[in-house]
Amino acid sequence: MTLRFKLTDEDFGYRGDIVLRDISIEINAGERIALVGQSGAGKSTLISILQARYAADTAFVPQDLGLVPTLSVFHNIYMGALQRNSVVRNLLNLVWPRPADIALIQPIAEQLGIGEKLFVKVGELSGGQQQRTAICRAIFHGGDACLGDEPVSANDQHQSRVIMDALTTSFDTVVLAMHDIDLALEYSTRIIGIKDQSIALDVAADQVTRTDLNTLYVK
Amino acid sequence: MLRVSGFFVALAFACLFAADISITTLDPWTEMQRMGLGVVTPDFTAVSDIGWVLVRTVAFAFCGVALGAVGGFLLSQLFHYGPVRWACAFVRAIHELFWALIFLQMFGLTPLTGVLAIALPYAGICAKVYAETLEEGDQRAVKILAPGTDILSAFLYARLPGVWVHIRNYTSYRFECGLRSSAVLGFVGLPTLGFYLETAFSEGNYSEAAALMILFYIMIASLRLWMRPKLIGLYAIVAPFFLGGGFSIEMSNIKRFFTIDIVPAPLRGEALDSMNTWSQFADWVWFISVDMAVPGIIATVLLTQIALVGTGVLALLMFPLISKKFFGPVGRSIGHGFLVVVRSTPEFILAYIFLQLWGPSMLPAIVALALHNGAIIGHLMGRFSDEVKLRPDHARGLNLYGFEMLPRIYGQFLAYLFYRWEVIMRETAILGILGIATLGFFIDSALSEIRIDRAMFLIVVTAALNIGIDILSRRIRRHLHLSDEARQLKNPA
Repeated sequence: MTLRFKLTDEDFGYRGDIVLRDISIEINAGERIALVGQSGAGKSTLISILQARYAADTAFVPQDLGLVPTLSVFHNIYMGALQRNSVVRNLLNLVWPRPADIALIQPIAEQLGIGEKLFVKVGELSGGQQQRTAICRAIFHGGDACLGDEPVSANDQHQSRVIMDALTTSFDTVVLAMHDIDLALEYSTRIIGIKDQSIALDVAADQVTRTDLNTLYVK
Repeated sequence: MLRVSGFFVALAFACLFAADISITTLDPWTEMQRMGLGVVTPDFTAVSDIGWVLVRTVAFAFCGVALGAVGGFLLSQLFHYGPVRWACAFVRAIHELFWALIFLQMFGLTPLTGVLAIALPYAGICAKVYAETLEEGDQRAVKILAPGTDILSAFLYARLPGVWVHIRNYTSYRFECGLRSSAVLGFVGLPTLGFYLETAFSEGNYSEAAALMILFYIMIASLRLWMRPKLIGLYAIVAPFFLGGGFSIEMSNIKRFFTIDIVPAPLRGEALDSMNTWSQFADWVWFISVDMAVPGIIATVLLTQIALVGTGVLALLMFPLISKKFFGPVGRSIGHGFLVVVRSTPEFILAYIFLQLWGPSMLPAIVALALHNGAIIGHLMGRFSDEVKLRPDHARGLNLYGFEMLPRIYGQFLAYLFYRWEVIMRETAILGILGIATLGFFIDSALSEIRIDRAMFLIVVTAALNIGIDILSRRIRRHLHLSDEARQLKNPA
């Protein structure tokens, strides 16, 4: 097994406040991790630390999505691959989307149910559709691993499953902060629970039940 | 806030005693009647090719603003460098008309003079506003870009789209300002509206002047109809061909300007290692400072302070004219019509008209500045007052004004007013060209005596004064916690 993400005995915080203490994690390629815990426990911090460290080769869906509302769905998805393509191609695509790139992006958008919205400005979409645009961008970014901070929060049960299916089939390794315990149990191979600024639980998903996880949410 | 306002009002009264505000014409009423008659009998046939005058005015505005906006945009990318910021502050502290006077010395009466006179200060203003707009823009999309994304793609995809609307709105607002600047450039001899207006006035042909002004208002009022995003490319190709002739630029003039004209007279061709040269230079600086700069500064500051308070008073009187809280649709449309006319007329032209009526003193300048700027602030405040939520059983009339409205919008009002302070001072200096003894008067006199070195010295003094007022105004706004509110003025919708 190859190691994909690794943190050893590290403290993290914002402006002197420690949010996470003594964190050690090893994540192997092929694992599907769900980070669970109360809001404010430090899930987002952990995701953004991993993102900062592994930005070069990891797709990312931030909680605030990072979309450009005045650009179309196509352009926002295409932004996942700006670093792969030449400046000229990027600029041409901005003014006049190339059929070749549309052909690449169309199926991804269709998979997430926004294929018809490809040339609609993102600012005009619903919250759920915007979130799925950010998912498409991560998929178009490509690579073997994806980090996501609550990537299904704005979607209903059905759409959430569409998103989870898309992410888990597109990426070999996924690390997602989740607030939906059932979805976490269903799609993950391993659950990492965060409580009181540290990792309180780290088990295989088939070794744990919903009630075990409830302890994470008790003061 | 009241204490600061009280201080400024008291200061303005003190200035009023020191200022010369007499009416010197023998019979202003007859002249006013003749002008009034001209306004009601506009003569659209008087200028033989009145259409071309307007086209040329637009062409100068378009070329100048386009060049300024593009230059400003490029500069905004370098705005984090101190020297770029300072250079921009300097070029925008000098009025378009002064730039025109400078470029006249270099390029003569050519289109280049007019275009650069608009483009240069506008580049300085646009650079600042664009840079601030980009800085305030949403940065979240930048954070998701993968490392290795080239700078240009990152900028065009993740940063520019979010603020594009603001930049576009601001630029189109600048274009409207550019039309006014272009019209006024005619007063120094360029073939735009101002040139024909001055001719008409000096011949007492008020019907012709009225026709020119009416067409100018129609042009500004219909701006949205003909200044379409899709047509901008076409205008950019066509506009340079409508600037008129006179492209013969003498390189020798440009060389002379830089190597001889702007060198202070005592230093020209003298030995720079001789003490005598430098003591003569010191005398030169002393002479210009005492005889021109100091009196010019005093007059400019006096006039500015009076005009600032006058602007405030008029704005407070005029904003209810367009407010839904005070007037019905009929009253409001009359109010709108009045404010549009007054704020579309450049201060310079207003001052010129009042000067014809009342003769040379500070009075025409004060009234012109207060009317024009009061109408601009009154317009913004009127719109702002419409947003104010009142309880259903609110007071009416003067009680509404005094108890409900004024206390709510006074902070906004002061923010607008202090933001306008620097603009008023810039204009005050320039009105000297019309014969009022502000800094512009001394600059204009020095230029007509072909003492370019003196004029340059005084222009730099003027710029320094403007930058000083800008800093002072920012301090006061921050002190009163008004800085955020003033920003709204920079991006008028």
